[in-house]
Amino acid sequence: MKIYGVGILAACFLIGHILGDYLGKLFHLTGNLGGVGFAMLILVVGNDYFKRKNLIPSETENGILFWSTMYIPVVVAMSATQNVKAALSGGWVAILVGIIASLACYLLIPVMNKFSKNLANPKK
Amino acid sequence: MNDLIKLLDKNGLVFAFLIVSVIMYLSYYVGKKLTNNKIPGAAIAISVGLIIAYFGGEKGVASIPAFSGMAILGGSMLRDFSIVSTAMGASFTEIKKTGFIGLVCLVLGTLIAFIVGGSIAYAMGFQDAKSITTIGAGACTFIVGPVTGAAVGASSAVIAISIAVGVIKSIFVTIATPFLAKKLGIDNPQTAMIFGGLVGSTSGVSAGLAATDLKLVPYGALTATFHTAMGCLLCPSILYFIVQFFLP
Repeated sequence: MKIYGVGILAACFLIGHILGDYLGKLFHLTGNLGGVGFAMLILVVGNDYFKRKNLIPSETENGILFWSTMYIPVVVAMSATQNVKAALSGGWVAILVGIIASLACYLLIPVMNKFSKNLANPKK
Repeated sequence: MNDLIKLLDKNGLVFAFLIVSVIMYLSYYVGKKLTNNKIPGAAIAISVGLIIAYFGGEKGVASIPAFSGMAILGGSMLRDFSIVSTAMGASFTEIKKTGFIGLVCLVLGTLIAFIVGGSIAYAMGFQDAKSITTIGAGACTFIVGPVTGAAVGASSAVIAISIAVGVIKSIFVTIATPFLAKKLGIDNPQTAMIFGGLVGSTSGVSAGLAATDLKLVPYGALTATFHTAMGCLLCPSILYFIVQFFLP
């Protein structure tokens, strides 16, 4: 049944958030440190393991896949609920810092990409 | 009219499904017919979302009565839930391959954003370590900014700027990524992970990747979610001390 997939997804999500909360407390910060990342790792590792043993019925998988197809619609709703007006009225400092800092990070992508390929094939 | 608004408010989430599906339908139609698939429908839909958000208030369009359900559909709970679900399509071997370099990117991305953000803030007249640290932190993500600001005791005006910086970054990354992806080589899981780690901003990275290639979302989102964690760790502690050292 599809709900089994949704249930598995919910379990991964909550375990990830508990780990993230715990990590946050460990460093005396309010908030969640990487909870979503942990949840994703749990799902990836679990999926990898159970798929090899052929233990996931496709109906269960569909319960999870439905939510991944809902991703873009959710992102559209998220962008529609951003405080765009305040972001633009944050003044030139906000606009300059936001755009230039992003561009600086973009520029590093090809560099790190090359570095990562060299790391994978050291002979080249 | 009032009764209708009440009804839509009461069934907010269902109304949000309707609004978003209409936006999606029109955006994909425009993307296909008018731009000949040159601009992805998802990118148009997300931009439409940002534009209508401008007409709202603090919560974007959800500040307008009857549209409150958009805050549930686009809120952090459902957003994170659906981000996690995209991991279903990710391959563990690919993630392991980029593991180490991903970590390097996380640290590097935080440092670059912080240094660039802090320097511009300094150049534009901010002189004290607290403000510069907070604005530099905002250049990581809009969560790192306020977390850092609260930790170092920055003024609320500066914290507001740091949030604005983070939101601008996320908007810019959302819009720019589909256009820059080809030039930067973001077309495979490894580069997507590098991109997520360097740029951070989970919402921007995952929305930008969604508009570029849906298959890459889990890889970018995975490293990007740890970017916020890295920023929250480094900015209020070691980076703040370094700034304090230069600007006592």
